[in-house]
Amino acid sequence: MLDLEKYQSIGAALNDALNQFASETCLIEADREREKERLTYRDFQQRGNAVARALQAAAFHPDDRAAIIMTNQSKWLISAYAIFFSGGVLVPLDYKLTPDEQWQLLAHSGASVLVTEYPVWRQLAVAAGRSNAVNLKLVYVTESPTNADLDGAQRWEDTQTKTQAPVFAPRNRSDLATIVYSSGTGGRPKGCMVKHDNYLEQCVALTSLYPFAPGYRYLSILPTNHAIDFMVGFFGPFICGATVVHLRTLRPEFVREAFTKYKITYVSLVPLVLKNLQKGLQARFEALTPGKRRVFDALVSVNKSLTKSHPRLGLSRMLLKQVHAAFGGELRAIIVGGAFTEPQTLQFFYDLGIPVANGYGLTEAGTAITVNDLHPFRADTVGKPLPGMSVRIVEPDKDGIGEVQVQSRTVMAGYLNEPELTAETIVDGWLRTGDLGRFDRSGHLQLFGRKKNMVVTEEGKNIYPEDIEAVFEPLPVKEFCVFAANYVWPQRSMVGEQLLLVIHLENGQSYNDELKKAISFLNGRLLNYKRVHGIVVFEEDFPRTASLKIKRNLLAERLATLDRASVVKSL
Amino acid sequence: MRTIDQTTQEILDLATKHFNVPAGSLASDDDFFKKLGIDSLQTLELLSRIENHFNIELPDYEVQGVSDFRTLASRIQSRL
Repeated sequence: MLDLEKYQSIGAALNDALNQFASETCLIEADREREKERLTYRDFQQRGNAVARALQAAAFHPDDRAAIIMTNQSKWLISAYAIFFSGGVLVPLDYKLTPDEQWQLLAHSGASVLVTEYPVWRQLAVAAGRSNAVNLKLVYVTESPTNADLDGAQRWEDTQTKTQAPVFAPRNRSDLATIVYSSGTGGRPKGCMVKHDNYLEQCVALTSLYPFAPGYRYLSILPTNHAIDFMVGFFGPFICGATVVHLRTLRPEFVREAFTKYKITYVSLVPLVLKNLQKGLQARFEALTPGKRRVFDALVSVNKSLTKSHPRLGLSRMLLKQVHAAFGGELRAIIVGGAFTEPQTLQFFYDLGIPVANGYGLTEAGTAITVNDLHPFRADTVGKPLPGMSVRIVEPDKDGIGEVQVQSRTVMAGYLNEPELTAETIVDGWLRTGDLGRFDRSGHLQLFGRKKNMVVTEEGKNIYPEDIEAVFEPLPVKEFCVFAANYVWPQRSMVGEQLLLVIHLENGQSYNDELKKAISFLNGRLLNYKRVHGIVVFEEDFPRTASLKIKRNLLAERLATLDRASVVKSL
Repeated sequence: MRTIDQTTQEILDLATKHFNVPAGSLASDDDFFKKLGIDSLQTLELLSRIENHFNIELPDYEVQGVSDFRTLASRIQSRL
């Protein structure tokens, strides 16, 4: 592993890593059962330099912003390296957003370059939002068919003809490395400005607990635009000379196959996928004959008692050979993140000798704040603060539960173009997370819900009510507002979160089938994970400010006086 | 060559079997996330079944943002 202390930027560290590990395997890309590509660090550098040269020839300067909208693949990382090498600021965007949402964020970020894939560009090029991104000058499109009309974009592959060496642009730790959108497609984009220092510090902290090395293989499934995969599926493994495996198809059967085929060392998953794996394994265990099941249960018991204080991978692999073989036999840990994971799921895997590195983090905090260090494994917590993190609980109630606040070199510089929001979020150097928690006696953090009006889905998506309200504008009701149910009625829980649509009907109007149909129709226009799951018909006028904005806090307080079970109608 | 209606019906039949719901309970305009109460991962499982049935490969991006059977059928039809 490189000694990150001596580096000033992601670009400088990556550049040295590519030289130091030149002959190691850097990337493997597979599509279904076919391996499409295998690159060494030397190959990667060659391709990255060609992209950097092309960017620089197109007058891309240090501090200019370049966005990437791609699925997880080699060209994502190669392009990101080229952007950092050229001193640019990377804007990684979610490929699952709608084209207009993507244009909105592209415009907000001020990106002058976009790197994207042909299927994404096909939709982006014709979307109405295109006219908003006035700064965008250059679009590179990967994997376009030979005769495709690229509508003003250029072929990414054409950059590979550039052979002249590009010029490395040094940056300082205090310079901006990325703008990562944690939410805000509905009107107030939250673009987290993350500095080189944030990443370098976070990487040192994370790799101290979960180290990479040449020969380690990381399976990249979480989208690379997500802070977790960016760190453990790109920067972390690269500065250690490890291998990143990309799959172009994320069908469960091909993901399963990849574990054994590539002997995966680490993988990051969202809770939804982890639970799915659990279900699959449980079904297999239940199908065992009674005799085999008894033997299996006995082996799990032995494993549990021998791994109480810390994981013993060699032993667990021996005891529960078949289970571990299904994961390739070399898995060291499953990293789970993006949302809260239920303790029983974590415990299920740990009992099988497969440690699950769960934790707690925010893009605003530079990815992870706490991580389970597995000494001992504590499924009921999100682990201890990472080295370098100061975490405090503010205004604790009688049970010791209060808002989690963080101070660390990994905390972002602020939200792009949102000084007020930044000032509300980072106060006296402490990042207010809006999450509620407490420390137990051994210093592990436990989470108990949120102070803020939002939900996080099991797929790791942050949804803010303000971001989805616009879709309900055509509703023929007097007024409406969307809330996170647990914000109105706090549950002391991080699971089972849902969004509610609160409506106030016109005089004489009734909540009838026609209205229900209209709500369902509009709800269906949202991506599935953004939809509301319940309706509340509120009988009074919404409290509003002088400028007629809804006073959400006050409305939430009034709603809270109602009985949740009786007022929330399912949709 | 199948018509789009035939393709749609075959997809509805596959989904009915895969998710074990009563025959005839699914319609082409149904939002499958809502109607079947499934998540994105379960949708991917259905896609594998559909691929095998039609003997095609459907890249993940082709079904990005698709949530009703009719649109899904049109994406498949264009690859038959």
